[in-house]
Amino acid sequence: MKLAVLYSRVRAEEKLLFDALEARGVAYDKIDDREVIFDLQDPGAWHEYSVVLERCINHSRALNALKILNDWRIPTVNTASVASVCGDKLTTSTALVHHGVPTTRIKVAFTPESALKAIEELGYPVILKPAVGSWGRLLSKVNDREAAEAILEHKETLGSYHHSIFYIQEYIRKPGRDLRAFVIGDETVGAIYRASEHWITNTARGGQATGCPVTPELNRICAAAAKAVGGGIVGVDLLEDPERGLLVNEVNYTIEFRNSITTTGVDIPQRILDYVLAVGRGEIKVL
Amino acid sequence: MKANCPECEAEIALDKPLRGEIIVCPDCGAELEVTSENPLTLDLAPQEEEDWGE
Repeated sequence: MKLAVLYSRVRAEEKLLFDALEARGVAYDKIDDREVIFDLQDPGAWHEYSVVLERCINHSRALNALKILNDWRIPTVNTASVASVCGDKLTTSTALVHHGVPTTRIKVAFTPESALKAIEELGYPVILKPAVGSWGRLLSKVNDREAAEAILEHKETLGSYHHSIFYIQEYIRKPGRDLRAFVIGDETVGAIYRASEHWITNTARGGQATGCPVTPELNRICAAAAKAVGGGIVGVDLLEDPERGLLVNEVNYTIEFRNSITTTGVDIPQRILDYVLAVGRGEIKVL
Repeated sequence: MKANCPECEAEIALDKPLRGEIIVCPDCGAELEVTSENPLTLDLAPQEEEDWGE
């Protein structure tokens, strides 16, 4: 069995995965997405791979590469379908709602006027997020009508057309932290709290990670969220609502875990490889 | 392995460089990418784009 790791940058996560692969003596190729050429009519050497582990940093590259590989019937972790659902917050939210997974209230509108109406139906404050984006970039907490009008106008005027798909989320009065849970297959293998005095708690933005026990309730909701987006290896972000309890906020498909190995006590790269190798052996069907 | 920072020319030593690895110059703080392992060469890392993330 031969495996490929498709990546953009060798971050701490990729180094850990390469080390884990070498420790197990697994044959693998490192493929830099900046150098790759896909000949749609001739997969060539790609068919030598039993499975491709996608670790791209660009969502658009990941999505397109996975689509090509999956159409060639090459198994990938994750699949193009999962990347497509998770890479866009709107499609993630519709999948969660469709599958009955507890999540925040979301409204979607296509013009600044209808977006303003939707914001006021939800009630201030609300969060405006780009549907495609990560690491807490360009999130806005909108506290009043004046701010809403200004941000909607800026998004429409200065953003690409993606920014005029207005994704409006209710603001959850969370206790200064959120949760990130790591789901592999149908098991929540570990979780962390991410605490910050700022309402944005991403560790990419300085949120501090501490261990969070995986309770049966957390496992159930995270496994349901993973299943809703198509399964595989995902990072589920959750918010604690004072009344409704745990609500799924987002689901990520190319997980970053450097801050979570010590915190959770789980060897996440080894667990990822257990799953990826099982896909490569055909024991887990992803296509 | 040693190379110079393309931004500030500081000498940077790395034990086990990996092509594609991102490092931070200890002198000027620039994000650098290892573009070759042997000989070690460094270039400025690509800038964050709108669709980067998890």
